[in-house]
Amino acid sequence: MSEYLVNIEHERLSFFTPAGEVKALNDVSLHVSEGEVLGIVGESGSGKSVTAYSLMGLTAHPGKLLGGTLDFNGHRINDMSEKEMQKLRGNEVAIIFQDPMTSLNPVYTIGNQIREVLKLHTDKTKSEIQARAIELLELVGINEPEKRLKQYPHELSGGMRQRVMIAIALACEPKLLIADEPTTALDVTIQAQILELMMELKDKLGMAILMITHDLGVVASMCDHIAVMYAGNIVEYGTTDDIFYAPKHEYTKGLIRSIPRMDSKEHERLVPIEGTPVDLLNPPKGCPFASRCDSCMQICLREKAPVTFFSDVHYTSCWMNQKAELEGGSKK
Amino acid sequence: MSEKLLKVEHLYQYFPAGGFGKNKKYVQAVDDVSFYVKKGETLGLVGESGCGKTTTGRSLLRLYEPTKGRIVYDGKVLFDSGDVPMMDEDSNDILENGEPKFGKKTAVDMKPYRREMQIVFQDPYASLDPRMTVGDIVGEAIDIHHLASSKEERYQKIQRLLECVGLNSEHANRYPHEFSGGQRQRVGIARALAVDPKFIVCDEPISALDVSIQAQVVNMFEDLQAEMGLTYLFIAHDLSVVKHISNRIGVMYLGRLVELADSYELIFNSLHPYTKSLISAIPIADPKIARANKRIVLKGDVPSPLNPPSGCRFRTRCPYATEQCAAEVPKWREVSKGHFAACHNLEKVN
Repeated sequence: MSEYLVNIEHERLSFFTPAGEVKALNDVSLHVSEGEVLGIVGESGSGKSVTAYSLMGLTAHPGKLLGGTLDFNGHRINDMSEKEMQKLRGNEVAIIFQDPMTSLNPVYTIGNQIREVLKLHTDKTKSEIQARAIELLELVGINEPEKRLKQYPHELSGGMRQRVMIAIALACEPKLLIADEPTTALDVTIQAQILELMMELKDKLGMAILMITHDLGVVASMCDHIAVMYAGNIVEYGTTDDIFYAPKHEYTKGLIRSIPRMDSKEHERLVPIEGTPVDLLNPPKGCPFASRCDSCMQICLREKAPVTFFSDVHYTSCWMNQKAELEGGSKK
Repeated sequence: MSEKLLKVEHLYQYFPAGGFGKNKKYVQAVDDVSFYVKKGETLGLVGESGCGKTTTGRSLLRLYEPTKGRIVYDGKVLFDSGDVPMMDEDSNDILENGEPKFGKKTAVDMKPYRREMQIVFQDPYASLDPRMTVGDIVGEAIDIHHLASSKEERYQKIQRLLECVGLNSEHANRYPHEFSGGQRQRVGIARALAVDPKFIVCDEPISALDVSIQAQVVNMFEDLQAEMGLTYLFIAHDLSVVKHISNRIGVMYLGRLVELADSYELIFNSLHPYTKSLISAIPIADPKIARANKRIVLKGDVPSPLNPPSGCRFRTRCPYATEQCAAEVPKWREVSKGHFAACHNLEKVN
């Protein structure tokens, strides 16, 4: 159908809460090629997790897909029934959640939870499944796998649990691994271990990774491409170098300016983004970032900015760039 | 600048964790920690979860009663268990005829000192009473310490405090749930400021906030410090933020301080193997540097503080560990001026 492994086009998704319609995603388009690592960064509530969950058909109750198409590996997700989705989940696409403490079932052993995936998606025999479970734990760097299989989640540390989560996700060698803030709940030294493990496994198994995070440091070292989300919109998309060294959207610029740098020698003052994130119940008419933007113009409040392309893969929707183009284009 | 506002000497904080009689077990949350905070400076305290940094902050305010140790605030002894050696100005134990000199057992009434020493908690969602208005939350401290003579004065004080932290005065009549995380943290800071303190323990005040909001709050901490001459003990696990705000940084591991130095010195010239790996593990938000950066990835997990390793507590994960590390606790020593570290193999490591 398409050359991409994942191709999301013009996705619109809302949550119909008692307080009103929360527009979580407004016209989101993105794609992931095979073996690529795409990072989605944004603040809480910007819609990064919702995008990824909808790809797995995991939109939670009051949520509803209102428009757009989602293609994954030759499947059209929009049209699939729950039964077909179940075949897909854990098999071709798998997910690692943020909190390993709550995403493993406390009343089943680790072994039980790994074998469950294999039982559902493969027709291996019991002993083959056991052998594969041991192999998986070894793959994610857990010692004494036979012993660990008999243990319960509470007997393991946070880093170990996240490794188990990865083992479960990788059980059927998925084409796409969605990592939803996989290291936010972990300490830095453990985070370094897990990130290293994920990159190692990506090279070994050749899967694509969709990395959702709010930590710009994590995406800088891992990702090929980055999508910056704000209030349900992708405001900028580009290669990692584009985003970090030539950001075009005012929000991206602000985000990069606002993080304290380890290598700064002088005591510089941080440049924060003033204001607070938008209320998605009543999103503004124009650019969602307009109320916090230093370069906000009249038109920003009225209309959404069209997309400006800087290269095949680097684009943004910001009126500032349109202005530059209208005035002659050279000073971007 | 150089005057020491707060001195913590040989602080121990053990929490009972089950068992009876001889088998009684303790979580050794803080184990022999000594440091001082100078007037007007910010001392950062970093470490992984469970390393005892929050406990240190709370113990020195005596929100927990320390198991052992001495806390001296502005020249006055707030707490002394009477069985830890006194320290001189250079943080060496005072010896009398070769024997360590002990202080007199003391535990003063903290109420007058609560006006001087305050704390901002980590979680702005859990540390504000949901049934009190913001005005009452901030005003409670004013009532307790009788800082306002009339209702009018109290009201004005609350308004001034809210404006001071970047909130509107009309916010005083609202409840915490009406605020965003960043605004709630501002309320928490206003509450701490209500009694005009000199010293504030900031216990991970920004970790629950979004990136774009973090910078706002960090800047506010710096502005308030410049305006009111505050002294901070800034506790966080994010080294890049701590480096930004602190004059000096202490690194903790499993209940002990392993290194303490000026923040620039600590980041660019760290000595302890744990500090080195901690710094290298921080994801750098700059792709070119991040790709070139070789991480020192530590093996394994942090051991349990119920049963910490003998000798140096870091030895189970340390690439340089020797037999000596298992046998002896490394001494906390001043390696160069103002740069402290506790490690047997500093020469080998560097």
